[in-house]
Amino acid sequence: MARKRKKRLPTSMMNPSRFEAGQIKLYVILIPLALFSALPILYLITTAFKPLDELFAFPPRFFVRRPSLRNFQEIMRMMTSGGIPFSRYLFNTLVSSVLTVVGTIYISLNSAYVLSKKRFRGKKLLFTINTAALMFVPAAVKVPRYLLVYKAGMLNTFWALVVPMLAMPVGLFLIKQNLDQVPDSLIEAARIDGAKEYRILYLIVAPVIKPALVTVAILSFQTAWNNVEYSQLYINNDTIKTFAFYISSLTSNVGNTVAGQGMAAAGSLILFLPNLLIFIIMQSKVVNTMANSGIK
Amino acid sequence: MRRKLLGRDLSSPVMLGPYALLFSYFVLLPILVAIYLSFTYFNTVQPPEFIGLTNYVNIFTQDTVFLRNVLPNTLKFAILVGPLGYCLQFLLAWVLTQVPKWPRTILALLFYSPSITSGIAMAVIWKIIFSGDQLGYLNNLLISLKFISEPVQFLASVDYLLPIMIIVTLWGSMGIGFLAMMGGILNISPEIYEAGYIDGVSNRFQEIVYITIPSMKPQMLFGAVMAIVNAFSAGNIGVDLTGANPTPQYAGQLMVNHIEDYGILQYDMGYAAALSVVLLLLIAVFSKIANTLFTEKD
Repeated sequence: MARKRKKRLPTSMMNPSRFEAGQIKLYVILIPLALFSALPILYLITTAFKPLDELFAFPPRFFVRRPSLRNFQEIMRMMTSGGIPFSRYLFNTLVSSVLTVVGTIYISLNSAYVLSKKRFRGKKLLFTINTAALMFVPAAVKVPRYLLVYKAGMLNTFWALVVPMLAMPVGLFLIKQNLDQVPDSLIEAARIDGAKEYRILYLIVAPVIKPALVTVAILSFQTAWNNVEYSQLYINNDTIKTFAFYISSLTSNVGNTVAGQGMAAAGSLILFLPNLLIFIIMQSKVVNTMANSGIK
Repeated sequence: MRRKLLGRDLSSPVMLGPYALLFSYFVLLPILVAIYLSFTYFNTVQPPEFIGLTNYVNIFTQDTVFLRNVLPNTLKFAILVGPLGYCLQFLLAWVLTQVPKWPRTILALLFYSPSITSGIAMAVIWKIIFSGDQLGYLNNLLISLKFISEPVQFLASVDYLLPIMIIVTLWGSMGIGFLAMMGGILNISPEIYEAGYIDGVSNRFQEIVYITIPSMKPQMLFGAVMAIVNAFSAGNIGVDLTGANPTPQYAGQLMVNHIEDYGILQYDMGYAAALSVVLLLLIAVFSKIANTLFTEKD
């Protein structure tokens, strides 16, 4: 009965399917805010493409008149002049990021499965420790971590870029929450059918929580791709440092000059793009994750 | 039942193993070491010597910078960026659910992009905008609009630095938590709303408080945890914007900078470790509050 009289009842206007006049006042708020959000990034893009004379222009102009690739070329030139080709850094970062993502998902999924679905004493304690570890500021543990990486013999190796990042408390947290939503009956049924644990996990459960896995993938990719600290602290060998590290050191060296700003912007843009791309591709899945980790 | 003891009992440790190992070694152990170090005097050159609670006592009695600048700064920053940022995220997520899918997706993308920019490189852009001479965009704009007649040294001034840090951090804070909440709101079934309206909910505000928020507690909790952690661990903004650690007159000094200051610049790791434990306790308190507000009672 309520459905037939939907128009009369003041029902919620959630998630409307088409544009209605009442939404205009919302857009009045949203659009300026969105512009504020997007403006610095727009500025990033325009600065990255500005040739040298426009960077110096006074009064400063926002848009670029004659876009040029000069800044990008400068970056490549500076990188290569250090004796190591530009592509090597990209390669390092790409490989380490992919390894990190795959490793993190694999490990987190396995562990979250155990924490979520199995019964044993101390389960809650383990999860609480994990959540508590989220709260410890990384800066404080820099030195101890360094010593531990050293002890493990990983200093100056490629592994130092990947291994310390594999245990991601946020990832475990997210996947476990999601797994809690998966009905036990599904797993029971699979067990009765004779499947082993690994099979249950990968063939049956994983597809159900794919959105959560995608989210963790995005998060860990972003962490790995943007990571500057590990290259800074654990690696001396220039050939294995990451791209993000290089851009960051370049920026802090020359970023204060006007000419350097163009390069800094170009470098930022390169760093920013993969994140953006991956996000756009996966974003519907991410919103789904959050939707599905709800009560239903 | 096939696969009894050997199959069932082994799978748990095997699956949990890698994570537990890595976590313990790279996350837990450093934390424990740091806690131990907080009770010592350690200058990273000589072995640490045990001095008991002296570091902690010093933090609260001797360290004027801490008490006068760092602690108030950190609290101000954290409260504005944390809970306020969190409310903003929620409001923004909510407003976005009031518009149809395509505008929503595009707007969400615009709001989310700042959070994926990387710290140092983005700071350059902000430095340009807030630059203290006439070339800075903000100064230029204000001058041409005749609000001010001379450029303001935004980044060097004691009064402006912290607000600027807060604004920049808020700008970049529409991240995963924001998405989480948006997803959570979208997931609530319309029937609950209808039932609520029949039962007497009379306006949108009540609707939010009584229906929307309770229905998405898990996402609210997740958003809250992320917000708290980010608020407290955001340290580099001040240093990135001014190019110096410590920031001028400690105006932009947050606990994280203070820790780095002592630990890395002054080689007093024990003191730095004690500071981080204090920070941890602060974060834990806030998290507990968030937890009690948002946990499902089951």
